[in-house]
Amino acid sequence: MNRPDPIPVDHNSEIGLYQERKQVFPKQIDGTFRRLKWAIMAFCLAVYWGTPWIRWDRGPYAPDQAVLIDLAHRRFYMFTIEIWPQEFYFVAGLLIMAGVGLFLVTSAVGRAWCGYACPQTVWTDLFQHVDRFIDGDRNAQLRLAKAPWGPAKIARRLFKWSIYLAIAFLTGGAWIFYFADAPTLQHQFWTGQAAGVAYATVGVLTFTTFWLGGFMREQVCIYMCPWPRIQTAMLDEKSLLVTYKHWRGEPRGSVKKAEKNPGAFGDCVDCNQCVAVCPTGIDIREGTQVGCITCALCIDACDRVMKQVGHPRGLIDYTTLEDAAAEQRGEPHRPISKILLHPRTLVYLGVWSAIGLGLLFMLGHRVRLDLSVARDRNPEFVMLSDGSVRNGYTVKLRNMEGRPRKMEVSLDGLPAATMYTDEMQASEAARTLTFDVPADETMPLRVYVTEKGPGAAGGDFSFNLRALDKDGGSDTVKTAFTTSN
Amino acid sequence: MANKRIDEATGTETMGHEWDGIEELNTPLPKWWLYTFYACIAFAIGYVIVYPAIPMIHGATPGIWGWTSRGQLDQEMKKEQAERAPILAAIAKTPLDQLVTDEKLNRQAIEGGAAAFKVNCVQCHGAGAQGSVGYPNLNDDDWLWGGTIDDIAFTITHGVRQAADPESRMSQMPSFGKDGILTPDQVGQVVSYVRTISNQDKPSASSQAGAAIFAANCAVCHGADGKGSQAVGAPNLTDGIWLYGGSVAALTNTVTNAHYGQMPNWGARLDPVTIKMLAAYVFSRGGGKAAAPAAAPSGTGTGTPAQ
Repeated sequence: MNRPDPIPVDHNSEIGLYQERKQVFPKQIDGTFRRLKWAIMAFCLAVYWGTPWIRWDRGPYAPDQAVLIDLAHRRFYMFTIEIWPQEFYFVAGLLIMAGVGLFLVTSAVGRAWCGYACPQTVWTDLFQHVDRFIDGDRNAQLRLAKAPWGPAKIARRLFKWSIYLAIAFLTGGAWIFYFADAPTLQHQFWTGQAAGVAYATVGVLTFTTFWLGGFMREQVCIYMCPWPRIQTAMLDEKSLLVTYKHWRGEPRGSVKKAEKNPGAFGDCVDCNQCVAVCPTGIDIREGTQVGCITCALCIDACDRVMKQVGHPRGLIDYTTLEDAAAEQRGEPHRPISKILLHPRTLVYLGVWSAIGLGLLFMLGHRVRLDLSVARDRNPEFVMLSDGSVRNGYTVKLRNMEGRPRKMEVSLDGLPAATMYTDEMQASEAARTLTFDVPADETMPLRVYVTEKGPGAAGGDFSFNLRALDKDGGSDTVKTAFTTSN
Repeated sequence: MANKRIDEATGTETMGHEWDGIEELNTPLPKWWLYTFYACIAFAIGYVIVYPAIPMIHGATPGIWGWTSRGQLDQEMKKEQAERAPILAAIAKTPLDQLVTDEKLNRQAIEGGAAAFKVNCVQCHGAGAQGSVGYPNLNDDDWLWGGTIDDIAFTITHGVRQAADPESRMSQMPSFGKDGILTPDQVGQVVSYVRTISNQDKPSASSQAGAAIFAANCAVCHGADGKGSQAVGAPNLTDGIWLYGGSVAALTNTVTNAHYGQMPNWGARLDPVTIKMLAAYVFSRGGGKAAAPAAAPSGTGTGTPAQ
């Protein structure tokens, strides 16, 4: 790399302790990757804004929203799947899959998440299009930024910022619909009946979208986000990167210079288009760097120029450092499948799929009823007047189905024992009790088990739970009966 | 600062100081970082103005919003009380015998009673209501003064042996030994008899002698069969539950000296709703007796015997 010779620094050009931001005004460009970015952006925004409005019929006892994180009732609904807090390992598994998925994507296609799918990228892209729509393309924006503040500029800025704010509000506003019934909440929101936390959430997210997407933009990627830093440790010579083929491009020279001096210059005509279109304002010709989110817009720009000047495309191209070196040596290209599927990617793919398959397996085999028993510790047992001994238990019957179910609790063991609940009389005690467990609820019971005495021996026994409808299902919990003996 | 120069390897300006050949590069922080810092300072100044912040000799500066943690707690308590008010009102106007059949209200009353029990009752009756020597176990099915929910509420309201409350539960067993009503031998004989009717000892000559003494001195309150009387608070002497112990030594002590346990008349200290909730809680501990005729519990979720 060319570096300036060591020279004494002029006192007037001292760098301050804090670096001024160099605002980025990316130029509009069209091309393969730009269109891919459009498509992914449209998809991501459609998913974000559309998902809460999809309806999904679950019968009369559960909400009909396809994706709903019901914090108040501790339920997570996702199409046919309903997750209880006890099953949070599914969510943990999904998060681990998301984490490993990021590694997988990074290993296979480099920083594709940063370049295409990251919300910061998507919304920054959206806001940059608003800039172009209101202020014009790069040059007009540059002129306006340098222009003194006058009524026209103020009006234009206020107009633009109000559009920013509208987008930010829609973004922040959509978030809350994932946490409550969307149509109901929307009505409540506009009529002032929604919970305070809903307004606060919308307020905070509107502000962060407005600020991070409208003003901070590439600074989030370069200074704030930890992910680029982690990725710099994950990228190697086998990673797909946006690479400037310096051996082909250097030395740079304009078309005119090249005409005057045929053979003296490389393919790069130093048109600076790659810098002009970059949404993070970097120069890819300096090599790969943390500011490069690999959105590939510079590839679009460069390909277009190469076509105009009659050079082959791909002076800036998606390639690995290994392949770039091979190309420099004049070796043929490897097939894309070989580049994508190197051993590290396959290992990540294996781990990712194993977790996914494990979750699917567990999802298919989970039991939708559950019994839990907690024995009273204080008092451990109660002596009764006829010499019998009684133990108390907190028993919970969990019905995870979206309909009420009749269930039967019975004692297994302790042949001389009977049980009753705190809503029954001791005289009604029996070995088997039936309960109507409401839909999608946990039914807590205080169960008193009495073993006839004198001479009650106690010991281990089990509570058995059995659903009495045709779907059936059962659960058993082993516990203990304490006596003074 | 003549030492300032552009570093050859990185192209970055140095800070200008040098020690032993080591120089520092000037890699400046972004400006927004500085502005964020200024914003924090502005926030801190605002915070100091509106909230208590600066420590003084007595307390801290009050802050113009007048916020205190105590005031916040007070507000939260008021809010809680307001939310609880309709439940308490419903409990207040529901008679006790109907309360136990109203599943939801009864559940709320039991929860409220459990909380009040922890504050007022655990000191004697224990955290699990299991009692100890001299303090009745409220979980079992043996009741000195009756185990229906109305009996329990009455006992809580008026207490035991409270002179200040004319309706207080009163019973006074004579100190047969101390007061010289019975000789130590006779006490021993009556203790033998009591241990046979409670199936702890086989009949003996001593217990046969004690039977006559029992009939003459004890049957008035404890009944001819020794099963006691809840009307006068005389314990059942034939069951397996002893308030002061069923051993020879414990029984001898009881007959010789008698015990007069007390319980406050909580009606003078607690409001009627709290007492109702306490009664519901104690009643739910497993030993509650249905008032005759017993109303069969019904409703969703109520267990019913299946066989």
